[in-house]
Amino acid sequence: MTGQGEGAARRLTIDILRYNPQDPESRPHMETFELDEAPSMTLFVALNDIRDRQDPSLQFDFVCRAGICGSCAMLIDGRPGLACRTLTSSLGERITLAPLPFFELIGDLSVNTGKWMRAMSERLEAWVHSDADVDLTRLEARMEPELAEQIYELERCIECGCCLAACGTARMREDFVGAVGLNKIARLRLDPRDQREDADYYELIGDDDGVFGCMSLLGCQDVCPKELGLQTQIAYMRRKMLRAALFPG
Amino acid sequence: MSKTSELSVGAALIGRRESGRWPARMDFLQSASGLFLALFLWVHLFAEASILLGKDAMYRVTIFFEGYYFFGEKYPIIITLFSAFILAFVLVHAVLAVRKIPVTYRQYRVLRDHMKVMHHEDTTLWWVQVYTGFALFFLVSVHIYTMLSQPANIGPYASSDRVVGEWMWPLYVLLLITAVVHAAVGSYRVGVKWGWLPARDAALGRKRLKWLMRGFMIFFILLGLASLTTYVRVGLEDREPGERYVPTWERTATETGARPEVTP
Repeated sequence: MTGQGEGAARRLTIDILRYNPQDPESRPHMETFELDEAPSMTLFVALNDIRDRQDPSLQFDFVCRAGICGSCAMLIDGRPGLACRTLTSSLGERITLAPLPFFELIGDLSVNTGKWMRAMSERLEAWVHSDADVDLTRLEARMEPELAEQIYELERCIECGCCLAACGTARMREDFVGAVGLNKIARLRLDPRDQREDADYYELIGDDDGVFGCMSLLGCQDVCPKELGLQTQIAYMRRKMLRAALFPG
Repeated sequence: MSKTSELSVGAALIGRRESGRWPARMDFLQSASGLFLALFLWVHLFAEASILLGKDAMYRVTIFFEGYYFFGEKYPIIITLFSAFILAFVLVHAVLAVRKIPVTYRQYRVLRDHMKVMHHEDTTLWWVQVYTGFALFFLVSVHIYTMLSQPANIGPYASSDRVVGEWMWPLYVLLLITAVVHAAVGSYRVGVKWGWLPARDAALGRKRLKWLMRGFMIFFILLGLASLTTYVRVGLEDREPGERYVPTWERTATETGARPEVTP
């Protein structure tokens, strides 16, 4: 970690977009907080400090503080990112925080990504489709370690919503499934337990709300806190879905 | 359910499956038509740059495209036909690309605000495509119409007269810059879109492709400007109006300026 230099304690000014949709009196406005920077301070630590000492009504989400739960995603100086993974030392003395766009606002920096993710998963039927009988008393079918590794790589998505907030396409066309949705299909497509064919996946993502709606702006690729290869996955799915359309059956 | 209604439901389902394939086809056609037009543009810019090698060189290129080296005679109609072919590609590409442009004020506002806070290069590059693409609707139309209607008026003098005498040079400067930028950015975007990258590693491939994009932009704008300046220079030469260029190998002794031999 960097930014722990001697005598480097800065005074941070943090502008936060405040708004509580539950309160009819509330209007969106920027509120400025000041605090002393501590060594190795993350935005997650800074926000807790503000809530503890300055304003207990400040709303923001966090669970794991280790970049695993994906609940602290927000716009940091305009770019989507995880508060718990962002060191204040990587930012200027004046920091602007705003809730992720695209998702339903709960209040201040807190948004309801879960609601959207659930709807998307249902729409894309993002679960293993199999009519094989599961015998719980038996060992699971074996899988090549390389394949398991590949699936695991895509499974690392934490559904934080950064890819959608960074996506110009999703911002313009709200029905777009986004990188998170396309990544889910790419992951299930790899899974030998899922019995669906490309033609079936085409029914789910083979339109302008799916993979062919993606305009390759690559905002998703450039902000993904888990550094997933979204550019590669989307391009791969685009080629596979094109093939499914051109050569059906 | 009666037999007929079953049949119509079946037909509708087949129809849906068929229409369901169009998003894939359209996405691919947009990329393919764009890539073809970019390749054509680069060849075109090299062909017109033949003037940099002299008027004879440009003359040779002109009659090559008029079929002289294949049929032993010049057929400018070939230029008309080829222009119509290119126009068809431009139309297909424009119709497919226009689907992606923000069409409502809300979409426009959201995207502009998004770009303002994100400061994201590839998003901005796409916006460059929207602007240049829109400008090309008008600039390309004028240019292609000229080629359709006056296919015979191409050559070292005829082209130069168009550039200078007919005041086409401002349009050609704009057309050159917008077309070269649009083609370079578009080719980069096709590469990342379909994963056709000049490296196994996606990040490295994207970086290389972006360098190529910048290189192509600079090279072809400079090449085009150099050609255009040469046509302007030729256009400013003192000549009879409407005079056509005669290549050196077809000239009589007087035309080449050689002193006629006078026999005493």
